[in-house]
Amino acid sequence: MDQSLAVILTIVTAATPLLIAALGELVVERSGVLNLGVEGMMVMGAVAGFAVALLTGSTTLGMVAAIVAGVAMSLLFGFLTLTLVANQVASGLALTLLGLGLSGLIGESFVGQPGFKMPTFGGVDALAPFSLFLTAAVSYVLFRTKLGLVIRAVGNNHQSAHALGYRVIAIRYLSVMFGGACAGLAGAYLSLAYTPQWIENMTAGRGWIALALVVFASWRPLRTLVGAYLFGAVSILGFVVQSMGLGIPSQFLSSLPYLVTITALIVISGNKRLTRANTPACLAQSFVPDR
Amino acid sequence: MTATPDYLLETIDIVKVFGTLRANDGVSLRVAQGEIHALLGENGAGKSTLVKMIYGSLRPTSGTLKWLGKTVDIPSPNAARKLGIGMVFQHFSLFDALTVVENIALALPGTFDLAALSEKVARVSKDYGLPLNPSAVVADLSVGERQRIEIVRCLLQEPKLLILDEPTAVLTPQEADQLFVTLKRLASEGCSVLYISHRLEEVKRLCHAATILRQGKVVATCDPAKETAASLARLMVGGDVHAVRAAKAPREGAIRFALHSANLAADGPFAVELKNITLDVRGGEVVAIAGVAGNGQSELFDAISGERAVSQNSSVLIDGTAVGSSGVIARRKMGAAFVPEERLGHGAVPTLPLSENVVLTRHSDDVSLATKGILDRGLANRVTDRVIKAYDVRKGKPDPEARSLSGGNLQKFLMGRELDRKPKVLVVNQPTWGVDAGAAATVRQALIDLARSGSAVVVISQDLDEIFELADRIAVISRGELSQAFPAHEMTAERIGLLMAGAHEKKVGLHAARS
Amino acid sequence: MQLVLEKRSDRSTFFALVSPFLALLLTVAFGAVMFAMLGINPLRGLYVYFVEPLTQVWSIEQLIVKATPLVLIGVGLAVCYMANVWNIGAEGQLTIGAITGSIAPVMFPAWQDPSILIVMLVMGTIGGALFGLIPGLLRTRFNANEILTSLMLVYVAQLFLDWLVRGPWRDPKGYNFPVTQSFEGWQLLPTFGGTIHFGALFAMFACAALAFLMQKTLKGFEIKVTGSAPRAGRFAGFSRDRMVLFCFLLSGGLAGLAGICEVASVVGKLQPQISPGYGFAAIIVAFLGRLNPVGVLFAGLLLALSYIGGEAAQVTLGISDKIAKVFQGVLLFFILSCDTLILYRITFESGRKPLLGAVE
Repeated sequence: MDQSLAVILTIVTAATPLLIAALGELVVERSGVLNLGVEGMMVMGAVAGFAVALLTGSTTLGMVAAIVAGVAMSLLFGFLTLTLVANQVASGLALTLLGLGLSGLIGESFVGQPGFKMPTFGGVDALAPFSLFLTAAVSYVLFRTKLGLVIRAVGNNHQSAHALGYRVIAIRYLSVMFGGACAGLAGAYLSLAYTPQWIENMTAGRGWIALALVVFASWRPLRTLVGAYLFGAVSILGFVVQSMGLGIPSQFLSSLPYLVTITALIVISGNKRLTRANTPACLAQSFVPDR
Repeated sequence: MTATPDYLLETIDIVKVFGTLRANDGVSLRVAQGEIHALLGENGAGKSTLVKMIYGSLRPTSGTLKWLGKTVDIPSPNAARKLGIGMVFQHFSLFDALTVVENIALALPGTFDLAALSEKVARVSKDYGLPLNPSAVVADLSVGERQRIEIVRCLLQEPKLLILDEPTAVLTPQEADQLFVTLKRLASEGCSVLYISHRLEEVKRLCHAATILRQGKVVATCDPAKETAASLARLMVGGDVHAVRAAKAPREGAIRFALHSANLAADGPFAVELKNITLDVRGGEVVAIAGVAGNGQSELFDAISGERAVSQNSSVLIDGTAVGSSGVIARRKMGAAFVPEERLGHGAVPTLPLSENVVLTRHSDDVSLATKGILDRGLANRVTDRVIKAYDVRKGKPDPEARSLSGGNLQKFLMGRELDRKPKVLVVNQPTWGVDAGAAATVRQALIDLARSGSAVVVISQDLDEIFELADRIAVISRGELSQAFPAHEMTAERIGLLMAGAHEKKVGLHAARS
Repeated sequence: MQLVLEKRSDRSTFFALVSPFLALLLTVAFGAVMFAMLGINPLRGLYVYFVEPLTQVWSIEQLIVKATPLVLIGVGLAVCYMANVWNIGAEGQLTIGAITGSIAPVMFPAWQDPSILIVMLVMGTIGGALFGLIPGLLRTRFNANEILTSLMLVYVAQLFLDWLVRGPWRDPKGYNFPVTQSFEGWQLLPTFGGTIHFGALFAMFACAALAFLMQKTLKGFEIKVTGSAPRAGRFAGFSRDRMVLFCFLLSGGLAGLAGICEVASVVGKLQPQISPGYGFAAIIVAFLGRLNPVGVLFAGLLLALSYIGGEAAQVTLGISDKIAKVFQGVLLFFILSCDTLILYRITFESGRKPLLGAVE
């Protein structure tokens, strides 16, 4: 019994950061923006969260700092792609490269320092139940409120939204900032709960996996939840197999999450009905209003 | 004392400058209450620019707007709607992926209650003879139904002024008649209508007054009922319009191009499937394919050009040879040429200069443009110059990017690029869409001249006037099915309209019978 | 006040030339601020980082050695990005190229004549190309996003290398270090006296060849067209799928070549870490070079300087060499910002509007 509980807890731990980051990116993409910089925002959140928690002794302040760091990074991206209409793919890559570099520099003095762990409820990290609440909230706002309708409208057809008088760029800025906040918080989960310490590049591709998860979930919050937990289960599979002592090299088990991501992308992308009908029509397209 | 002002809307000396272009140059216009006021002008005359300023999408460079006698500033569409101005855009401002009621909610202020709004939409749309299902997704609706959403969206705001930008361009003649009934009823209820069009007959039928724009300036204000179509046309164009000269089509040319039971599956959730398309085109004749937008025209074009392969090789024939499975390059090599509807991004690469856009469709048939894979830029330049000269393409610099040309000049260039090869088969989709009258006349004359020289010409068009001007025979496409091609002199606008709607009604009837 | 973009009717040739330099200038300015924040005299910091490495012969040699893989990979990526094909997994293709190229020397350590070097280079190139082909095929067959799949494969490739050098390929006489035995003699690339090796020639040749391809051939035209207007590309009769595969084969092959060149020169054996992120830095090289093969040559040298400057800053100024990655990221940001000037005129406009427009 205890062991299965432990397995479930590990799945939750693996799924939570992916879920939070993916929900943020889902809103961003619903508004028609593709921010490939999730990894960069996440790793900055991780280092900022760890650093502030270490300096102040408060994991709450750490999480706030992580959110601030994520938003700050997302604003850089927003300025580049929304204000200066730079290519979104290239700008997202720039954000990731910058985030990985900057976090390495900032975090250098923290390497090897013991960290703090965020509070838990019944053995579950505080952010895990929060991520479930966030799923419900994102789903509600997107599909039940005018704000959500406007976000979806802007992602579906920015010209029409502009013609009706909506401020496309402002709405996209808000969405991008929400994505940044989520990515930052997801990063803080890694450095304050998953492995409470700072390791360079500790996101290890989770930002990218979160991006894949959004595609896998065909831009729907509840499917993102399911996907994140499926994914958490698969990555735990590695540990389970290893503990069974089958002599499979650890490197093969470590590459499992990446291979699973690729497989998931293949399965879902091959299905035109699911992907094309749900992809926000203006995804990754720049908008410059007439004047 | 509050005398009712004579005019609902007045624009006084409106000027709008884009870069170096004066799109509106001192435009003054007055719309009385309950009046249907036509705004006439050619493509590029400044009509859309003017109404966008009235609707708050654009800000005037200078000039005054008066609403009920008072000077007003309209900084945004939101402000315009608050005044009581509603607008139906030419390119609809709708969201494909959202439902009808969501689309309408986006334009309305106040509380967000989709259930209550759905009821209201159903009621109002039925009341005005524009029935709509509030929970339908826009992508699944026909163009006519989409326009209804736009109109109902305006009506729900109880507008004092309704602006419609070329509303009948996307309707069948019968749908247009229904729209006129609705507009006349609105006017009788006191709502003014600003009606943008370049179709003179319907303006004469519908409108109480007309303001005519040419090159950004008002050239006349008149009562259209007292003018003739010809006099209105002269005012619009600023001279006599040259009619196309057409010799009679030769009687028995050989069949140069044919479609035999061509089928093409829909390639996406919102695309049209082509069903059993059959058409023979003889050398020497122009066959026009009429139809309302979104009934499979672009799919038909792709199937003809070879950008998408049809299900059977024998379904497409050029000079008797089956080419259904061959790609666009192979078809060009057999002497076919194609000009698509979308000029920038399909017919031409917007960011490449004209000399490279020449290579786009001619790299394989003029083998010398790319011998053994190496480009001959000198030759490409010479071909470009030849086309530019022959078709009078006006441009700002020697070899400009395609996107910097005006619609008319780009179309002359794209037509010229293909005509320069003297193709045996030419297929054109919407040849004069968004093109000024001068360029349109050039393009149409070129099409007829090519046909009379012995080539087969297929014109896909939404513009009935154009079709009657050009065609020897006319077929109609509706919901992915093509009617038989009838001799043009046997056809009337009404008959074409019935065929446009025909296949659709038949299908609905079948559906009803089954359930 | 609000920043407003106004579209130019034609692209500005002036800014197309000036924008990389403007980006560089802004990066240097950013560097000055950063040094000041780290408590270092900005002028001295910039001198140590950007100028000093250019004053000594050995460090100029180093510069060329480091630029070699960056240029090889960057020029392939430039062609990809021109075609709007997003290979960001060059680091993985480099890794696999290093592995397949090393099969011969690891299996036949005694093989010592020029033919082994040719076999290594050819197999490295083929390995990288085939590994690059995987995301390409996933794109054309299953429509799977090549950005995500190519990146995921980087992790897979690196873990595979890690397993090889800790497991089957570990040098039995290597004191349990995770390395293969060292390559020797004809298993290493010849040098031009110092440390500069033959890879530099390959890089220059690749730039020249691809410059010719882009400028003079129908294939180059096809790359440009499919990249900027896919529908027009289809109208011209060009196959998008074939283009995706071509781009991945080309860029993967060049990355694989870069991988085996590193292993057969600077590194001299296989080990868990064979590249300080050249595959990712090459993305910046491609953009800084304006996706132009000749531009890539210069951009590669500049990015190499950022690596060497980082090392110099660590030694002389006592700050982390991680600053190099920050400079690289910032540089890419400024490049992308400055490129806006090529297509748009930037003006400022005053005035406030409600936050979301019609939403309230």
